[in-house]
Amino acid sequence: MEKLTEIFNDYSDSSRDSLIPILQDIQTQEGYLSKESIVEVGSHLNMPSSKIYGVATFYNQFKFQPNGKYHIQVCRGTACHVLGSATVLQELEKQLKIKAGQTTRDQLFSLEIVACIGACGLAPVISVNGEFHANVDAGKLKNILENCKKMEDVE
Amino acid sequence: MDFTININNNDCKASTGDTILEVINRNGLKVPTLCHLKNSMPTGACRMCVVEDVDSGKLITSCSYPASPGLRIKTHSQRVVESRKTIIELLLSNHPDDCLYCVRNKNCELQNLSEEHHVRERRIRGKKNHENMDLSSASIVRDPEKCILCGRCVTVCEDVMGVACIDFLNRGNKTIIGTSFNEGLNTSSCINCGQCIMVCPTGALTEKNHFAEIQQAIEDPKKRVVVQYAPSISVSMAEELGMETGKDINGILNAALRKVGFDNIFDSSFSADLTIIEESAELIGRIQNGETLPMITSCCPGWVKYAEEFYPELIPNLSSCKSPQQMLGAIIKSYFAEKEGLSPEDIYSVSIMPCTAKKFEAQREEMTQAGISDVDAVLTTRELTKFLKLYGVDMFNISPELTDSPMGFRSTAGKLFGASGGVMEAAIRTAYFKITGKELVNFQIPQIRGLQNRKEAHIKIGDFDLGVAVVNGMANAKDLLDEIKNGRNDIHFVEVMACPGGCIGGGGQHIGTSDEELKARMRTLYSIDENETLKVSHKNPEIIELYNEFLKEPLGHKSHELLHTTYNKREVLI
Repeated sequence: MEKLTEIFNDYSDSSRDSLIPILQDIQTQEGYLSKESIVEVGSHLNMPSSKIYGVATFYNQFKFQPNGKYHIQVCRGTACHVLGSATVLQELEKQLKIKAGQTTRDQLFSLEIVACIGACGLAPVISVNGEFHANVDAGKLKNILENCKKMEDVE
Repeated sequence: MDFTININNNDCKASTGDTILEVINRNGLKVPTLCHLKNSMPTGACRMCVVEDVDSGKLITSCSYPASPGLRIKTHSQRVVESRKTIIELLLSNHPDDCLYCVRNKNCELQNLSEEHHVRERRIRGKKNHENMDLSSASIVRDPEKCILCGRCVTVCEDVMGVACIDFLNRGNKTIIGTSFNEGLNTSSCINCGQCIMVCPTGALTEKNHFAEIQQAIEDPKKRVVVQYAPSISVSMAEELGMETGKDINGILNAALRKVGFDNIFDSSFSADLTIIEESAELIGRIQNGETLPMITSCCPGWVKYAEEFYPELIPNLSSCKSPQQMLGAIIKSYFAEKEGLSPEDIYSVSIMPCTAKKFEAQREEMTQAGISDVDAVLTTRELTKFLKLYGVDMFNISPELTDSPMGFRSTAGKLFGASGGVMEAAIRTAYFKITGKELVNFQIPQIRGLQNRKEAHIKIGDFDLGVAVVNGMANAKDLLDEIKNGRNDIHFVEVMACPGGCIGGGGQHIGTSDEELKARMRTLYSIDENETLKVSHKNPEIIELYNEFLKEPLGHKSHELLHTTYNKREVLI
């Protein structure tokens, strides 16, 4: 993989201490950690891929699937929690048939839990590709998802 | 430096470098442990081994805490015992209640600790984690719900075997032990050695069982059910049966297998002799023709898979000989079938091995003739004991019997295969004879005997200086293999056994085998070699007969078809 070589060059000492910064750089560049990148990092740092996967799954920041075309962030901060964001998340998982952290098989939607997106006045709030949707409930979520799908069909 | 520490108001001697646990154990006391693994760095993760520091009042983990002068501890104060009990109760709160159905029932450390600590009720109730079982491997079954996350499998896989196909994944109460990308073991770099099963305190890791198929074959009147057992089996069953450690039960084993209903009983030590004839011919050929050296043994299926994954560049060095299990399997379904007027389909071939990787080996595509497997089912030593119980065999009330002939007679060289260095010693005996035309004066080669990780020797054969190396424990092989890769050329023949001590320490053996028990098994093998007269494979009359009647010559046409194979690079998540 040519792209990773550049990242590795920034950490040429090949020390295990560089593992997390390398993984972060890969995620910034590629959006997620693919099997191929993890194996590649393993051979660069002389580490078994199981260990790298173990480290990467320890932290919430790492993803193992690319984001969908529509990346949905569900706010699980305090205000949203009080106003029912748990149900919002449950509803999204049900409608998209994926769990938080996953991407739908058609690569259209991905779901992520975030701690607080700083829009407590709009709670419960979700963000689709950075665009906020306020006071969401099951009905609204359905509309939002359908709108995204419609835009796809137009294209 | 020597000093004393005070354990339960008694002064006990300790030295710098001792952990508190070591001092306690030397002084007639036992402290329960779970995550502790002998010869590995302590992690202190499970906290079962806590003791009370009298001066600070703290509970400290004795497995990882160094003994220091003047230390005063209590090992079984009420507070300590209560805290241990709480840990057990917490573990049980996330553990299935199916001891009665568990393969480790009556041989489970969690069950024992629970009993020892007088846990009599489910005090702590909570939501249990649910995870699917991993049935993907041909050898090993993983049940994450029974896992207590002690991490011993992770340690042994990385430190002893150098494979590291499993690790802790996720975090907090979602932590599990899994492979890279948490996929099946079959796609990981797992070499099926089964050492993880040997250290697992519960039933989270076990071998894949084939009792039903074997029972069905035994019942089937149209099937000829034959069985072979590995060289190490007869010396390593004693612990499972509750007999004296290291006892050789060869004769009893034959009788027991007949009682179960196996039609023919063969000894894999016979095919170990056969392996030696083929392998020594191959070695001499490689040396004389200047082909790839050093030649590396391929008897150990764990090692073969390791080579296919981690050292594909050394595959040309692997001996093309199949392992004794597969050689005998192939001979049974050809030579024996012919002799008995059977077709290979009518034969159901079972092998009893100290090994879980043999289960994987038996189902390899390379180990078939015209789509029929050389070996149909493999039982581990542990499984054999259970199988004998299933058929009500009373091992204490049975008279010894002989194996069937042909393919039941062996030299002591074949028997030595059970211990690390045995293949090498047997091969040298025959290679010496083939090159010089004379027998060795001293058959025993002490430099390559014993439990050391790595043994090397140079043997004068005529005017040729044969360099040999023997390694056991996969992680120990790595250094040697790297030396070979980097151009070391004074070694001509290498024996690699994945498990510590060789097959006597295999992943299919009695769980909880101690170093002393390993040594006892090894001593028994050596004393068999000492006391019996036929010490070389090439003088085994049944081997000579097999070549005269069927194979004709070593490395001949039939041998190539039946007894030799090739290996390929394997793409897995390393």
